Amino acid sequence: MSMDGATLPRLGRGFRLQWEEAQGCHVLLYPEGMVKLNRSAGEILKRCDGSAPLDQIVAQLESAFSTQGLRAEVERFLAMAAAQRWVVLA
Amino acid sequence: MTAAIGPAAAHAPGPPLWLLAELTYRCPLHCVFCYNPTDFAHYEDELSTEEWRRVLREGRALGAVQCGFSGGEPLLREDLEVLVATAHELGYYTNLLTSGVGLTATRAAALRSAGLDHIQLSFQDSTRELNDFLSHTRTFELKSRVGDMLKAQGWPMVMNVVIHRMNIEHIDRIIAMAHDLGAEYLELANTQYYSWAATNRAHLLPSTEQLRRAEAITDAWRRKLDGRMKLYFVVPDYHEGKPKKCMNGWGSVFLTITPDGAALPCHTARLLPGLHFPTVREMGLREIWYQSDGFNHYRGTGWMKEPCVSCPDKDRDLGGCRCQAYLLSRDPDVADPVCPKSPHHAVVRRAVTAADAGAVPEQPIVFRDRRNSLRLSAAANDTMQRSSRADSE
Repeated sequence: MSMDGATLPRLGRGFRLQWEEAQGCHVLLYPEGMVKLNRSAGEILKRCDGSAPLDQIVAQLESAFSTQGLRAEVERFLAMAAAQRWVVLA
Repeated sequence: MTAAIGPAAAHAPGPPLWLLAELTYRCPLHCVFCYNPTDFAHYEDELSTEEWRRVLREGRALGAVQCGFSGGEPLLREDLEVLVATAHELGYYTNLLTSGVGLTATRAAALRSAGLDHIQLSFQDSTRELNDFLSHTRTFELKSRVGDMLKAQGWPMVMNVVIHRMNIEHIDRIIAMAHDLGAEYLELANTQYYSWAATNRAHLLPSTEQLRRAEAITDAWRRKLDGRMKLYFVVPDYHEGKPKKCMNGWGSVFLTITPDGAALPCHTARLLPGLHFPTVREMGLREIWYQSDGFNHYRGTGWMKEPCVSCPDKDRDLGGCRCQAYLLSRDPDVADPVCPKSPHHAVVRRAVTAADAGAVPEQPIVFRDRRNSLRLSAAANDTMQRSSRADSE
């Protein structure tokens, strides 16, 4: 689906996100499997709680990493994550 | 320098990711393809609730993230909800592998509130007659009731059917039924020939033609369903002639604990001769995983002989499955005989040729139950004593 600033991304049903000390990264757990996330993927996904709209997520990330222009990268990642059913875009 | 650190590096394993808790070998079903050991009747001293909770803590501390509860039938353990809750609180993703026998709406709700993430429901066939024959109980209607309970709790419906000669012709109806039940995932798992399935292999091994048809039917459904229900067709290695990278590598990611507490690199490793697998009653999980001979023995490729040693695929398939090598050749160190390069490959070809010819098995089919378990293990002991007498003479 297309995204705009009001899109509310949340984790897909059956997925769980957690910091995993043994892996040194955020991981996404799902039935009988695990995806190791790189830093930016982890930072994006942990903000996908179903209450923060895309605009706010991007603003938070830009502020957290003292940078600008992350919108396109975040949208690309979310589109991929939605195709994998990691997130649902409402 | 590279040579000096090479072997050490190859043997330094990462943490286990999967902890499979086989809570009990007790089971109301009597499936002829069961992968529980044929001598399960000798392992009835199950770990207590407190022992299991310690195992879960130690596994999590090692880095395991997935926890599976299986059996036997795990619902026969009255402390299942307690163990699920412990696993959930520890941060595992929790999976229950069940036939659904013994599940009530009350228990489903209790498991849900304990934090159970996922249920995989196994079922035997779509026709009740064959279902009754294969599992010896009337379980088909129960699967649809259980399916409704799962959906009521918000779990996705994930089904698993073991495929073999006696149900492979029904694959179209099996898929249709899973679809009618609202399954989101259906695993069509061709039988792997260990334990009870090895005993019953002549009854269970499908012909090459049956397999081809089943795959074509599955593909047709995939096109028709267009992703609405995901279908996994687990290809059988006897017909494919491709050794599998068993458990994604021995002692690599998978750790299973038997009902009596033995820690194993796979469900069936206890059948291998000459290896000692410590129990969690005698040793901590960390020491077992990193230091026990049982786990280290087949890690990497150092144990291999020819044709594996010089094979370009040795890192891809790791020589196939050790248990299968032993079952088919009586030597656990040889290439998996499903590999065409194996000197024992003729054993596999003969079995497939017999299946292709529709050969009628000489032995009656053996149902998985306690009496047959005692009978089979007594017979195996006899054979072993006879062969050790023959060796010493």
